[in-house]
Amino acid sequence: MKITKAPPHSRRKPKYEPRLAPDRGDGERLTTSAMIASLDAEGRESVSAPFGHALAGLATSRPDIVGLSADLAKYTDLHVFAQAHPDRFYQMGMAEQLLFSAAAGLAREGFTPFATTYAVFASRRAYDFICMAIAEEALPVKIACALPGLISGYGPSHQATEDLAIFRGMPNLTIVDPCDATEIAQAVPAVAAHPGPVYLRLLRGKVPDVLSSYDYRFEIGKAKHLRHGKDVLFIASGFMTMRVLDAAERLQAEAIDCTVLHSPTIKPLDVTTIVEAARAAGKLVIVAENHSIIGGLGEAVASCLMRAGVSKPFRQIGLPDEFLDAGALPTLHDQYGLSVDRIVARTRAWLNEGSAS
Amino acid sequence: MSLQQRAWNIRRHAIRMGAVQGQGYIGQALGAADILAVAYFRVLTYRPDNPEWEGRDRFLLSIGHYAIALYAALIEAGVLPEEEIGTYGMDNSRMPMSGMAAYSPGMEITGGSLGHGLGIAVGMALGLKRKKNPAIVYNFLSDGELGEGSTWEAVMSAVQHGLDNLIAIVDFNDQQADGRATDALCAEPIEDKWTAFGWHAQRVDGNDIGQLVTAFDRARDLGDSRPRVIICQTRMCKGVPFLEDREITHFVRVEPDEWAKALAVLDEAMPQ
Repeated sequence: MKITKAPPHSRRKPKYEPRLAPDRGDGERLTTSAMIASLDAEGRESVSAPFGHALAGLATSRPDIVGLSADLAKYTDLHVFAQAHPDRFYQMGMAEQLLFSAAAGLAREGFTPFATTYAVFASRRAYDFICMAIAEEALPVKIACALPGLISGYGPSHQATEDLAIFRGMPNLTIVDPCDATEIAQAVPAVAAHPGPVYLRLLRGKVPDVLSSYDYRFEIGKAKHLRHGKDVLFIASGFMTMRVLDAAERLQAEAIDCTVLHSPTIKPLDVTTIVEAARAAGKLVIVAENHSIIGGLGEAVASCLMRAGVSKPFRQIGLPDEFLDAGALPTLHDQYGLSVDRIVARTRAWLNEGSAS
Repeated sequence: MSLQQRAWNIRRHAIRMGAVQGQGYIGQALGAADILAVAYFRVLTYRPDNPEWEGRDRFLLSIGHYAIALYAALIEAGVLPEEEIGTYGMDNSRMPMSGMAAYSPGMEITGGSLGHGLGIAVGMALGLKRKKNPAIVYNFLSDGELGEGSTWEAVMSAVQHGLDNLIAIVDFNDQQADGRATDALCAEPIEDKWTAFGWHAQRVDGNDIGQLVTAFDRARDLGDSRPRVIICQTRMCKGVPFLEDREITHFVRVEPDEWAKALAVLDEAMPQ
């Protein structure tokens, strides 16, 4: 019997067609492996392993904190904690269902476990365990995951493009998507102090530092303005906040005036601040996120604005509803619209659409 | 009171609960009554008036739909009041059809999504060791749950971490929703599997109080670093022969007039 199979990506080249490596003109070629470890390509100062250092530091005064990983301590920066507090680190092996069940058990015995893996494995593989063993009983397990959204060039197996969509529906779960090293360092104690379960989207390795130059303080459940402008309101979370800050700077040179509202807590969403900001927005509201346009911050904002009766021109910058390509991260971010260049170009185009109509 | 009498009381509480609701996992409750009698009246350390006492042994019900069996044992143990029997499975009851930690005193975890209990037990056993608390974690799971891959992640982990404070109890009644467990995803040879993974394994007749007592005592007093499992072969609906003979017993159909008949049959065989 002949199997008819739709091509997974219509624009993808045939599998057996030979391809030569592209040259950027300067003899340098972008590779996948060079770009998967961190986002250290923002032209900014960076901090090494902010999550691991923050947790190791906090744990000295919080004897209830324990760390667990499913063979990804090194790749979630938890190794820094493990080295500082070896007796409080549990290597659970390549077993994510066990990782979160055991974390639930430790929480039952009064500990505050930080359990780390990649976002794909927590959200797709261990969902039922996070849901029933942890969230249903509001146990204080902190699920800290590297490679949320599109931070890996390995393809869909490592790209958690729908992690927020998966987790937003889970009752009791607080979801935090920090922007940079400064915010991760502030979020760790806040997340540890929070009484219930938290899903924390990690940036690992060398993490850019942006917010230290702003008058900013992370608080669970609070969206905060980083910049004020009259034309465009950007609402963003995660590293997309630093991208829209850069985009806003470039748009300013074109006399396009942008507000940037950073909303690191995806759930519970800071509805009051978001609705007020949208009411005050001039021409356009744009939500920018490192996530599928389905089920993430964009749709969360859209629904809260509709419920509040705020009807402004609204656009989303996010990943398409597709399994994404493999490749080098800067290439992919440009291809899927997360780069500063693409944000600037699309914002400009959307404003022009608006003035034409 | 003898353990046989305790088991008989547990069966009686369970049938009364089933009668109230007109349905329930009565087959499992009758089958597991002897295990629970030995657990709650011979093995476990606990305080009926303080189910969250830090020094208690933890008894985890991984198989959430066995809740009726555990409620019956908790009633017999004085943790739940007998007067609440009539609320089983009703709105606003502390005894819902599937066991949940937030609902019932003495219910340690929310089971029901199968294959969760042993992993949680691993975490609790690790936690108890951290606290230097000598309590033991017992996880009560079913033969059907041996089909869940997560169970085996936990089995490996318990050995990796030397959890000598963890005892698994497998109710092997060879029945699950669609029929015989061994026809669906056969876990045999069960004892060999656990042994190969590094556990101390025993297989007993789970409806024989004497064998259960010996097995639990041996498991508790083993004196080496292995986690322990007791595989208990039980008969669904044990103690009520006309129900034992029904073919499909995962969710046994009991006609309205049969509840009283079941109680009468049980009463006739009351142990002295």
